[in-house]
Amino acid sequence: MTPLSSCLLLSALLFAIGLAGALMRRNAILMLIGIELMLNAANLNFIAFWRYGPNPEVLTGMMFVIFSIGVAAAEAAVGLALIILLHRHTKTTDIDEVNAMRG
Amino acid sequence: MLFTIFAILTVAGAVAAMSLRNLIHSVLALTLAFAGLAAVYLQLGAQFIGLAQILVYVGAVAILIVFAILLTRDAGASPQSIVSSSWIESGTVALVIFCVLAWAIHHSAASRPAVLPQPEASMQQIGNVLMLRFALPLEIVGVLLTVALIGAVTLAMHEKQEKQ
Repeated sequence: MTPLSSCLLLSALLFAIGLAGALMRRNAILMLIGIELMLNAANLNFIAFWRYGPNPEVLTGMMFVIFSIGVAAAEAAVGLALIILLHRHTKTTDIDEVNAMRG
Repeated sequence: MLFTIFAILTVAGAVAAMSLRNLIHSVLALTLAFAGLAAVYLQLGAQFIGLAQILVYVGAVAILIVFAILLTRDAGASPQSIVSSSWIESGTVALVIFCVLAWAIHHSAASRPAVLPQPEASMQQIGNVLMLRFALPLEIVGVLLTVALIGAVTLAMHEKQEKQ
């Protein structure tokens, strides 16, 4: 197995674990954690292709990861604020029980 | 060899984060996964990204999630099951997606051996590219972070102002 394909396999595994967690767990915070894991898997792909792809000197993959980390930080902040708001409204973070658009 | 150790650490952390019952333990395992990923970045020669990963994820995001868990803690009532009602379908979807990705990676050009020199990414190069070619995206990310900060504070403050 080449280094690039082992990086890609690790990234695919992380993505699948994150997706399974985001879909399976009842708690809204763990759903957000799963989404963070999926974003990190995408970042690992960018770095792997930057390292083993052609023309690494233009640093495009690396720049993409920097911006992706910035966007992920914004997403985490807003997502957690939404979860806190949800908890204040419904007194629960169980996403199976949150089924009303207007509470 | 080093890559294998870091990869196992990362995957173990991710699996533990998604399967543990206690939320605080879950965040600790998530921190382990992020740190393992940072080590993988460092090992791949992306020093700046590895250190940014440690600062942003291991530092900031983990603390933020711990705060959110403490703020939304239910009063003792632990749910009967930690997985949602549709867990069989969800697990199947995730498994199928992993199998498809693994199959695609195995049959792509990525699994053909190619020896490449280690690329260089010094701090100076990163700064040059960030300030010249990617100056506009950098400014937009700055605006996005400001908007997200104001939005998060507004969302979390809203209810309290209504009550007063």
